[in-house]
Amino acid sequence: MKNFLITLIIILIPVKSFGLIEVDITRGNLNPLPVAVSPLSIDEESRKNFENILKKKNIGSEISLIVENNLKISGLFNPLNKDAFLQKPDIANLKPRFEDWNLIKAQALITGKVSYVEEKLRVEFRLWDVLAGKEMMALAFTTVPNNWRRVGHIITDKVYERLTGEKGYFDTRIIYVAEEGPKTQRIKKLAIMDQDGANNKFLTLGNELVLTPRFNPTSQLVTYLSYFRNLPRVYLLDIETGTQEVVGDFPGMTFAPRFSPDGKKIIMSFAKDGNSEIYTMDLENRIVEKITNHPSIDTSPSYSPDGKFISFNSDRSGYQQIYVMKSDGSNVKRISFGKGIYGTPVWSPRGDLIAFTKLHKGKFYIGVMRTDGSGERLLTENFYQEAPSWSPNGRVLIFYRETKTDSKGKGFSAKLWSIDLTGYNERQVPTPTDGSDPSWSSLLSN
Amino acid sequence: MKLSKILKNGFLIVVACLALSACATSKKSTGQMQGDVYTGTDTVEYLASGVPDRVFFATNESVLTTASRETLRKQAAWLRKNSKITIVLEGHADERGTREYNLALGERRANAAKDYLMTYGISSDRISVLSYGKERPVDSGSNPLAWSKNRRSVTVKAN
Repeated sequence: MKNFLITLIIILIPVKSFGLIEVDITRGNLNPLPVAVSPLSIDEESRKNFENILKKKNIGSEISLIVENNLKISGLFNPLNKDAFLQKPDIANLKPRFEDWNLIKAQALITGKVSYVEEKLRVEFRLWDVLAGKEMMALAFTTVPNNWRRVGHIITDKVYERLTGEKGYFDTRIIYVAEEGPKTQRIKKLAIMDQDGANNKFLTLGNELVLTPRFNPTSQLVTYLSYFRNLPRVYLLDIETGTQEVVGDFPGMTFAPRFSPDGKKIIMSFAKDGNSEIYTMDLENRIVEKITNHPSIDTSPSYSPDGKFISFNSDRSGYQQIYVMKSDGSNVKRISFGKGIYGTPVWSPRGDLIAFTKLHKGKFYIGVMRTDGSGERLLTENFYQEAPSWSPNGRVLIFYRETKTDSKGKGFSAKLWSIDLTGYNERQVPTPTDGSDPSWSSLLSN
Repeated sequence: MKLSKILKNGFLIVVACLALSACATSKKSTGQMQGDVYTGTDTVEYLASGVPDRVFFATNESVLTTASRETLRKQAAWLRKNSKITIVLEGHADERGTREYNLALGERRANAAKDYLMTYGISSDRISVLSYGKERPVDSGSNPLAWSKNRRSVTVKAN
């Protein structure tokens, strides 16, 4: 499956910029930047070739729709209605008539061209500052035609990076648990999809209960909990080859797995005799280490991005609270001191924040705090929600939400949602079935 | 040590009840719940005549109530009489907690039942423990009564 890799970036023309448009992503953006995404132009012969291969009438338009949708769901951009565009895609890509784009209030313009070259898909695109009348970026790359959706995501990542100054998160995937059936007998399968909900694929059949899948930050491995043969254990799955194996040889339930930031260890809980402790296992030499030692429930471990610390939740104080310790288990410190109980701490990829779930007075919150517990900020409140997972750039959280059933126990559903770190831009992430336990991958092309 | 822990818990509850003469009324009883522990029989099945299969817990707790201990003593007596039978203790939590913590809590509840059965002479060889966390509720309701039915440890015949 080499087609994950894209032969990337042939031309990169850095353009010096002074006072060009910038998008501030550190605050809630109430005025998304108006941007015109011109359909990528395509010559007739290329169009026919791609129509044959991909069964898409105009792949140039399709790719621009992906870019447009990505920009829209980011909440930072307002893609303008294509009906108002005056300039044809091919001409716009050569030399935009900035007055025309200015007229429809576009501040940024994306143009481009797709062609069929030696059985591959070649794309070039440009980002223009309409007000300054300047090209901000030009980029071209080649890939196999089947990767056409990823082309749209990569274009978005480049545009996002150029305009915000931070890496994007669009060429990524979400692994999650797809759910069906009555609440008392849920059927759960591992599923994977693109960040925008496309290309959904089920990875297990639903014969056994599966929970909490998490990506390895450096490879296509996934760790998760499976009730295979009614023995709840942590498994490792290679999503390219489909091979899977049990992690470690524990005489009891292992659960709550996550990878270390270098992808070389799995950290998880092992429950025995009513006590759950945190362990690590090195995937190369299989050495197992016990990290916590306390007669309380210690679980939901998550490493800091530099691998030096671990956050986890424990009920050693009587209730579930968040703790941080050194990665060898020393220096355990409680960091959550607000009202309510706290769980599922997850360290931001930027290192400065910990996202968590909080239960207070019968409501569930997703929030963030600094790694010393200060600066607690609640982003969203609901009947039930938990398990935040960070976008690779640390700007968006994905989590799941469950609905309250009615007096007859009907009306249950579980859905994936995302929200910006700013607390704005809360939206449901589309899935073909119900979903829970989402985990966000790293950028695929990096 | 386990036994002393259990006896201590039991003792504390008795003392607390003596100290609070209003014990029974201070805890709200809805007919099916005492405090927030389920006391009804809607969901209960029987391992044998007069031997209920499950015990219930308060929110976030794994302490066995007086009624739970009585149920488990009946189960222990039944297991002593039927020495070939092995069992799985399935521990569960309600939906009002995070998934991973609830897996641990279910395991802790099932082990509370296991420890008690062992103090009544049942060998640990005959008992295995399986936590379902909040994955297998019996009642799909989103209300305190439904949650109380779901906080349970169920003894299931394994052979």
